[in-house]
Amino acid sequence: MKINKITVTFIVNGQEVTLKVGSKERLLDTLREQLQLTGTKEGCSVGECGACTVILDGKAVPSCLILTGQIGGSEVLTIEGLEADGKLDPLQQAFIDYHAVQCGFCTPGMLMSAKALLIHNPHPSREEIRTALEGNLCRCTGYEQIIEAIESVAKNCQ
Amino acid sequence: MKFSEVNKPVKRVDAYEKVTGKAKFGADLFFPNMLYGKALHSKYPHAQIIKINTEKALTYPGVKAIITAEDIPNNKFGVIIQNQQVLAQEEVLYIGDGIAVVAAETKEAASEAIKLIEVEYKELPGIFDPEEAAKKDAPLIHSELEDNQVVHHRVRKGDVEKAFTQAEVILEREYTTQFVEHSYIEPEAIIAVPYEHNSLVTIYGSIQNPFSCRNAVANVLKVPLNKVRIIQNHMGGSFGGKDEVISSMAARAAVLALKTNQPVKMVNTREESILESYKRHPYKMKYKVGATKEGKLVAMEIKCIADSGAYACQTPFVTWRSVVQATGPYELPSVKTDTYGYYTNNIYTGAMRGYGSPQIVFAQESLMDELADELKMTPLELRLKNIYHNNSITASGQKLDNHQVSLEEVIAKAVKASNYIEKYIEYNKSQLGDKKRGIGMAVSFRGCSLGAEATDAAGAIVAIQRDGSILISSGLAENGEGLKTVFSQIAAEELGVDIKRINYMEVDTSVSPESGATVASRSTLLGGNAVKNAAQQIKRTITEMIADKFKVKSGDLVLRNENIYNKNNNQKIMSFDDAVDLANKLGVFLSAYGWYKAPDISWDEETGQGRPYFTYVYGCQIAEVEVDTATGQIEVLKMVAAHDVGRAINPVTLKGQIYGGIMMALGYGIMEEVEIASGYIKNTNFDEYLIPTIKDMPEIIPIIVENPDPHGPYGAKSIGEPTLELGAPAIANAVAQATGRRIRHLPLNLERVLLGHSLSKGGTKNDIL
Repeated sequence: MKINKITVTFIVNGQEVTLKVGSKERLLDTLREQLQLTGTKEGCSVGECGACTVILDGKAVPSCLILTGQIGGSEVLTIEGLEADGKLDPLQQAFIDYHAVQCGFCTPGMLMSAKALLIHNPHPSREEIRTALEGNLCRCTGYEQIIEAIESVAKNCQ
Repeated sequence: MKFSEVNKPVKRVDAYEKVTGKAKFGADLFFPNMLYGKALHSKYPHAQIIKINTEKALTYPGVKAIITAEDIPNNKFGVIIQNQQVLAQEEVLYIGDGIAVVAAETKEAASEAIKLIEVEYKELPGIFDPEEAAKKDAPLIHSELEDNQVVHHRVRKGDVEKAFTQAEVILEREYTTQFVEHSYIEPEAIIAVPYEHNSLVTIYGSIQNPFSCRNAVANVLKVPLNKVRIIQNHMGGSFGGKDEVISSMAARAAVLALKTNQPVKMVNTREESILESYKRHPYKMKYKVGATKEGKLVAMEIKCIADSGAYACQTPFVTWRSVVQATGPYELPSVKTDTYGYYTNNIYTGAMRGYGSPQIVFAQESLMDELADELKMTPLELRLKNIYHNNSITASGQKLDNHQVSLEEVIAKAVKASNYIEKYIEYNKSQLGDKKRGIGMAVSFRGCSLGAEATDAAGAIVAIQRDGSILISSGLAENGEGLKTVFSQIAAEELGVDIKRINYMEVDTSVSPESGATVASRSTLLGGNAVKNAAQQIKRTITEMIADKFKVKSGDLVLRNENIYNKNNNQKIMSFDDAVDLANKLGVFLSAYGWYKAPDISWDEETGQGRPYFTYVYGCQIAEVEVDTATGQIEVLKMVAAHDVGRAINPVTLKGQIYGGIMMALGYGIMEEVEIASGYIKNTNFDEYLIPTIKDMPEIIPIIVENPDPHGPYGAKSIGEPTLELGAPAIANAVAQATGRRIRHLPLNLERVLLGHSLSKGGTKNDIL
């Protein structure tokens, strides 16, 4: 079966890419398979678990529900783009310092949801953190240490 | 005792790669020339396979091979009883049984091709209730067996019949629990690579127990163990769940890889994962308890029936842990317990965090509260009158005389932190409005490690490299809990070096010593001791080498702070690096295999008497809830968890275990149920199978209690599973106090709280499809 390909140009982690994608290709597959950005994980494919969360034009979205063909001109930030100039994002460092990581499979999605939150609201309350991360499932940590990590960054934010 | 590396909140050694997206999980691996495998699953829970036609599917562009049961050299596998089919041969026994597997050049081609496989079935009546399966005239699930019983375990202590005649109060109750999905966020993933590095096949993926997987694959391929190499990747959670289902997937991928001579990758969708992978056993539990008016327990009679589903899987051992722990941590002169497992055509059941304890702890701790009500005592009073202390004799006749039995301590600490006594009195008063509060407790004892059903030993390699950096390899696998960090801390502690020197290797079955499985909350205890043993051997080598050269007694030398000191005068003799240099020059070997075999235990299958476990842990959790009696909504407000862990090697990762265990227990208690009707599974993704989100989190107060155990490394025992088994009964007891109504079935969902029964049960195939 031949599928018609679409050419699409968008920005991933600060770099412009031009790709040929299938009309039904999900952003998740483009990232993982065309761009080898495997930090973005697939957990449920129906937008429920949040493991595939990336930041699209400033908003946290499940990349399993986004068609790549429709994001021409957009800007995508993935977990691989959080670390800048060899320096971890404060959220990444806090996840290490506060033991917010166990198996690590939900971690990239959690970090992207948390990052999107802090972009718009640098000093969120505990309740606002919980609301922002409601769409990210974690089965290991019980969430407590994830909240503590984000709170620590929110507190130290200028 | 002062430590430098253990008993400290050391940061996880694998955190950096996990927060940067660099950590490679099974699905993240790509090999040149790789094919994608996809399995076709059964259409019916029980049917005869008349014919499979793969011709059309084989012509689909990109398809390289299709296998069915006929292509599998040895189609049966299993850790305990070898009766699980790699692919269904003559009959499908449950809805997730595999029929055929396609290998194709793309995922899409593989998915399309399985739709073209034509299977002719003859649908057969199924058995979906273990009590039906137990009947004498029940049709056989496995035709080669005499009946549908997987296993029957017994405990016989004292004369129960006579004891009940002397009881002043007798209570009989029945409790049931549900099918539960592990819900690891990473679906199963496997890549089988043929003829890599001298192995017939190398398998990568999300493999909880690499050695169990190797056994299964080698048996299925009919080749020696040394031809099959399993390399574990980062694991996206397991909780007992990535064992048999992964072995089956690995075997299928291996057969396809050898048939095509190309790497074959298989990654389950969430739907495939829930449909195919085993669940936590549902139990039906009949409890009868006798007590004096003063609240002293005199007898308990227990019958538990577990639904094993289509295969034996771990049922024989899961129900064994249940039989040992079924009475709870209470002194009882007379006990009669029977646990059974039966085959049905439901999805099969296996290991899941708790392993036969969450069910019986729910029953026994609900029962204790019901008995307390009957006796007009508080739940706390009744428990304190009956709990184990040092030198208590368990239902299995084991005298608890080799470690601190700390139930009183964990209860006292949890009671204090939760204000249990005051709140219990307050919530017993009549409450205005629809929202009612309650507080409930649950306590348990839990045998550490595997117990008397299996050989219990573990190994580790500690190898110091030329530059003083250190590699550790163990047969136990990091599943996300923090094992690499804990083992690294132990090696650093023994060698007196900074943990930064250590790199913990992934499990590679061709290199790491076989250590049994990473199960039963045994890794810190067994594997920790093995790492300690290896490090101690190297320490001895280093001190003897230095003693010889500097003419001092090796016993006077200590390794700490990256140096070697003479302990008599605290004088530094040389740095660790210099010692390694010296060893390099002298040709001294600075690597060691460590081994630890657990102390002897015993078990009499007929009477259930013996020493089933060599040591135990104790815990108490207290839940505070608010129930909206108008809607049935339960909100868990607060959970206090006090656990005696022996010694916390890493207090912060340990707290992570408590938080995570409590949230999983909360799901078990009030939310989760794999809804199965006539063998069909209704909820196959997270939009219908709901697990706790960050919004469901109560306030959680973890309390670590440390009574070092003589057997554990630095006194450490277990934490993973104890955290999970107490939450549901504590919540159930709190809900009972809040509403005045006892619910004896899990989960305590809206309908059960409001109506007393679930609306989603008893559907037919047509209702749900």
